Amino acid sequence: MATHHSRSAARMMMAPAVIVLLGWMLIPLTMTLYFSFKKYLPLRGGDLGWTGFDNYTRFISSSAFLPSVQATLIIVGGVLVITVVLGVLLALLLDQPMWGQGIVRVLVIAPFFVMPTVSGLVWKNMFMDPVNGLLAHLWKFFGATPVEWLSHASLQSIIMITSWQWLPFATLILLTAIQSLDREQLEAAEMDGAPPLKRFTYIILPHLSRAIAVVILIQTIFLLSIFAEIFVTTAGSFGTRTLTYLIYQRVLESQNVGLGSAGGVYAIILANIVAIFLMRIVGKSLDT
Amino acid sequence: MARSVTTQRKVFNTLLAWLIGLLIFFPILWTILTSFKTEAQAINDPPLFLFFDWTLENYAVVQDRSNYTRYLWNSVIIAIGSTILGVLIAIPAAWSMAFIPSRRTKDILLWMLSTKMLPAVGVLYPIYLLFIQLKLLDSRLGLTIILMLINLPIIVWMLYTYFREIPGEILEAARMDGAGLKDEILHVLTPMAIPGIASTVLLNVILAWNEAFWTLNLTAAKAAPLTAFIASYSSPEGLFYAKLSAASTMAIAPILILGWFSQKQLVRGLTFGAVK
Repeated sequence: MATHHSRSAARMMMAPAVIVLLGWMLIPLTMTLYFSFKKYLPLRGGDLGWTGFDNYTRFISSSAFLPSVQATLIIVGGVLVITVVLGVLLALLLDQPMWGQGIVRVLVIAPFFVMPTVSGLVWKNMFMDPVNGLLAHLWKFFGATPVEWLSHASLQSIIMITSWQWLPFATLILLTAIQSLDREQLEAAEMDGAPPLKRFTYIILPHLSRAIAVVILIQTIFLLSIFAEIFVTTAGSFGTRTLTYLIYQRVLESQNVGLGSAGGVYAIILANIVAIFLMRIVGKSLDT
Repeated sequence: MARSVTTQRKVFNTLLAWLIGLLIFFPILWTILTSFKTEAQAINDPPLFLFFDWTLENYAVVQDRSNYTRYLWNSVIIAIGSTILGVLIAIPAAWSMAFIPSRRTKDILLWMLSTKMLPAVGVLYPIYLLFIQLKLLDSRLGLTIILMLINLPIIVWMLYTYFREIPGEILEAARMDGAGLKDEILHVLTPMAIPGIASTVLLNVILAWNEAFWTLNLTAAKAAPLTAFIASYSSPEGLFYAKLSAASTMAIAPILILGWFSQKQLVRGLTFGAVK
């Protein structure tokens, strides 16, 4: 029953948001594309002309590229496995009747609200320091030699710190999904004598599948671009230079803007592949 | 639907959940505890848990030496400013999509969301360059605008899901009673929309407060918020655990408190309605 009048009003109301987002998307994106086809070194000669796809091939064939892809995949994959598996288990536990459930929830969610630079530095110094860190004390207590976390187990350390930050997110979303499960179905299965493991694989897990997919996709998008955690801990050394960090170094540290922009285009394509799947799920939930 | 659970099992659940909860919370607790130690106590071997001479010295030192208040102000202004600006732009858009939906509404919503997926590093240099030319580098205004832009899709989306829950019949009833568009918005919609708007503001202040890509790369001394202030501790001089802890505690305390109120909104705001 929307009239012509209300239609144009609607367009007017949407205009500011649409225009600023369109600008935010198109202007920098066009510039990145433009730079990616240029030899552009602001500190060493500036704009040195068009180079075609040179930056794209050079970015991929540089010796830093494959290790950075590998580091990215290990970090994203490691964090996803840890947060999803532990998240499901923790959500199942938190769904059980207990005393002080609200307080436990608050404790579990807290790390999500800690700013990335704080969690990076607190873990680096107060936990992972090989001399004064708590983990070193713990290792010594059990008679083991303390680990030099951030230099000898650097990727694992970054995965640990990042998992600690994202586990609350996974848990909270999975818990929300579990709580929307039809209890009667579960009780019926219990009465029919289905053991807990069967109830989990045949009722709970299928019910959780969409939530798990959403957790994986959203986390992947955020994890592909983690920055501060690496910036304050290893600054990209010891094999922790991810694709994001490599591009950052090319653009701002070595000021090779053309090369960095080509890398940026790769990162944008990669993120879009993930985003397409997420959009499908979100789009479906809009229809219901 | 009483689920019969033996007391024994409930005790077991409680103990296990508390143990895990405290384990996850421990790094935060340890940071808070360390902030009340002297530097020597902070690196004591064995570590000191509760029995040390509690002191507030570190808080005073952090404040004196590094002008903590300025960073705090920058964080407050940027986080709140970007959220308010975003909400002002988003309210009309979300309102019209929720109450005057068209065939394209869904596409527009999804497109807005897709801008959120753009990796920041991919547009780092263009933004850096634009900021230099517009003299926005290291300014609160520049960061406020950037953070507004990166959070705008979430703000529109959250408001949209809240507005959609307002029953359309109420609007029709108001129209029947002869209410104009202005009355409709002012007296019917606004009171019903306020809780949703408040939740949206809350979550987005938190997200903006903790944002640590643009705040690190686009600020230097003047407009740096707390994220950048804490990052300056990554190349410390001498003993600094207690001071780092005090600075960290001050940086996360306000948001931890706000965060505890926003648990429910977190799911809605970050899954875009895909998980209910």
